[in-house]
Formats: sequence, C-alpha cells, structure tokens
Amino acid sequence: MNSFWALVRRDLRLAVREGGAIGTALGFFLIVVSLMPLGLGPDLNLLARIAAGILWIALLLAALLSLNRIFEADYEDGTLDVLATGTLPLELVATAKSLAHWLTTGIPLALLAPVLGILLNLDLASYPILVGTTLVGTPAVSFLGAIGAALTVKARRGGLLLALVVLPLYVPTLIFGISAVSAAAGPAGMGAAFLILAAISLAAVVLGPIAAAAALRIQLQ
Amino acid sequence: MQLIAEDLIIERGGRLVIDGLSFAVSAGETLVLAGANGAGKTTLLRTLAGYIRPSAGSVRCDGGDDELTIAEQAHVIGHANAVKSSLTVFENATFWSEFLGSPNETDGHIESALRHFGLDDLAEFPAAYLSAGQRRRLGLSRLLLAKRPLWLLDEPTVSLDVASTERLVSAVNDHTRSGGLAIVATHLPLALERARTLELVSLRMAA
Repeated sequence: MNSFWALVRRDLRLAVREGGAIGTALGFFLIVVSLMPLGLGPDLNLLARIAAGILWIALLLAALLSLNRIFEADYEDGTLDVLATGTLPLELVATAKSLAHWLTTGIPLALLAPVLGILLNLDLASYPILVGTTLVGTPAVSFLGAIGAALTVKARRGGLLLALVVLPLYVPTLIFGISAVSAAAGPAGMGAAFLILAAISLAAVVLGPIAAAAALRIQLQ
Repeated sequence: MQLIAEDLIIERGGRLVIDGLSFAVSAGETLVLAGANGAGKTTLLRTLAGYIRPSAGSVRCDGGDDELTIAEQAHVIGHANAVKSSLTVFENATFWSEFLGSPNETDGHIESALRHFGLDDLAEFPAAYLSAGQRRRLGLSRLLLAKRPLWLLDEPTVSLDVASTERLVSAVNDHTRSGGLAIVATHLPLALERARTLELVSLRMAA
C-alpha cells in the first residue's frame, strides 16, 4: 500500500503545482452556469425548477474536460511504462489515479455547485442535498471517466472520442443525482434516489479501475 | 536466476519483426542487443518486459521470485525518462523509490543513487530546467533506487556524455557482478563485462 499512497501523493502534488486542469474545470463550470440565466431570461421560478439539472449537466461536462489528464501526461513522458512494472497491480494504479482525480477535480466541483446555485435561484433548503449528491456522485464521474481516459490515451485530440465513450456511462449518475435533489422537495424524500446514486458510485469505484487497467494493458502494447 | 526466451515470434503492425528467436541470459551476464534501426531491439525488450504479447513462444524466468512476474522483477529504461517537470530532482527520485522499492531500503539510498549519476548537486532543482543528458541521468537513477535483478535498457546512452556513459557502464557492471542480469540495446561499443552480443537482423532487409 506504500506505493499506492506514494502515487496518490505525487498526483495531488502535480495537480497543485500544475494547476491548469482544476482551473479549466472550475472555470468552465462557472461560465456555463452563469450564462444559463442570461439565455433563459429572468424567470426565477423557471430557473429554480431547472437549477439542479443545469448544475449537474454543467458539472459532468466540466469534469469531462479534465478527464484526459488522468493518464495522458503519464503516457507521454514514459511514466506509465514504469508504473506497469511496479508490484502494485495496474488496477490499483488506476484506482490511485482516479482517486487523485476525484480529490483534485470532483470535490472542488462539488463544493462550487452550491455557490453557483445562487445564480440559478436554487431553493435554500436544497443546498445541503445538492452538496450531498454532488459529493456522493462525483466518485462515479472520476472512476468511470478513467475508463474513457485509458481507452483514448493514445488518441491525439481524443476529446470527442472520450466524450462519446464516457457520457453514456454518466447517464445513470445524472438521472439519480438530479432526481435525488428534486425528490428531496417532495413527500417521499430523497432516500431511494440518493441511495441508488451512492450504489452507482460504489460500483464505479470497484469496476472502473478494472476496466481502465484492461484498457491500459492494451495501450502499452 | 535465468531469463529464457523460447521460439519468440513477434509481430508489430502486421509486420513480422522477430521470427523464432531463442536465447537465455544467466545471472551475472549482460546481453547486448545489436542490429540496425528497425531490427526489433525495442520490440524485443518490450516483449521481455511483458508489455507486448508475442504471437508465439514464451519468456520465462527461472530461479527468481515465483510470486512476481518478470516485469515486477525488472527495471525498464525506455526512450522516455519518466521524469515529471514540476517536481524537483529529489522528489522524482523519492517517488520512484517509494513506488518501486521495498520498504526496507536503507536511509540515504536516494542520495547515493543520485550521487552515482552526478545529480547530488541538483537535488533541489526543478526537473523542468534539467538538460536532456541530466534528465536521462535522472531516469537512469531509477536503476539504483530500487533493487531489482533484471535490467532492460533500451539505448540507455542517448544524450549522455562520455563521463556519464562510464558511470552507467560501471553501474551495469556492478549489477551483474553482484548476480544481476542486464539486457542492453545499444549502438555504442560499451565496456560491459561478461557480455555477449545478440545481433538482430532486420527481417524486411533480409527478405
């Protein structure tokens, strides 16, 4: 486990020093959400009704922008070859890198979401639920995204391919993330949708790295 | 320990690169891979490291740690150096030592590895400002950061000056003297001890 945490620590340090990936994702999130009220007009009831949906969609697209960095930099400078010779299985290498991506991109995006909710007249009671669902849902974003990042690591300008691979996988996260926020306002409460969202994240944390490692083995050939 | 390759057939991009190659390297020996550009030196090294699956034949390791694959017992030095520009020289070395090494390394092994390749003065220097040769030396310092019995070196002397090349040769000779194996693809006549040369023939040219 020593090498697992060494890899996580190194990725966190690189993310802080290089900074660009976090900045791009947060900046994109901010821009999309702040343009939304300008495009839809000043109908506060309409904005409040669609706020959760807009925040979730913008969050997924913002995360998508940063996904390609999970493996690409390591592939380009030869680090991936050496990581594959470690005693740490490639599955855990993918886990460590996805975890670092969640910590540096998923959590900042989840924490920015309620701030941007102000722009969309999000109901005050929904704030804790929004933070809860984004924090619980973003691991799925990072760990499923790692599959796409691993598959497209050799593709130059593979952004479109990455989006086509990953976005369908994000649909369940999106549906249950939004329905947890809207259900919380209703009589049934958010229980079921929130638990399914948590289940999706847990499954992604387990299955994503296995698929990503299989993809990386092919890329190393 | 012995590394044995039997009847290897390797294809790359639909082209046959290695056709029916067998060889064995024993502990304490260095195998030098020679051959023209495109003869398959890199392909062979990447196959030995387990990145490429051969179309036929096998690579196995006798007398090593049965729990580990060949890749997990090997240091692979490829064309790229696996150096992160935003980390310092020491941080790069520390990461590889933690990632590749066993927990019971002695204190100061990072410093001594950097010193061997003449990087001790540059330890706190960001790797972004290193020259090509210094980056190469930092990549090579991995060999000494973690103890592994098999060294697979693909053109390790690229961008090294004469003095650094001698440091590399002495590291390889020390390694084989203490019972390690090394396979080195190179175009230079290096002063490697206990070395045999395997000449790879470009199949396209031979045909």
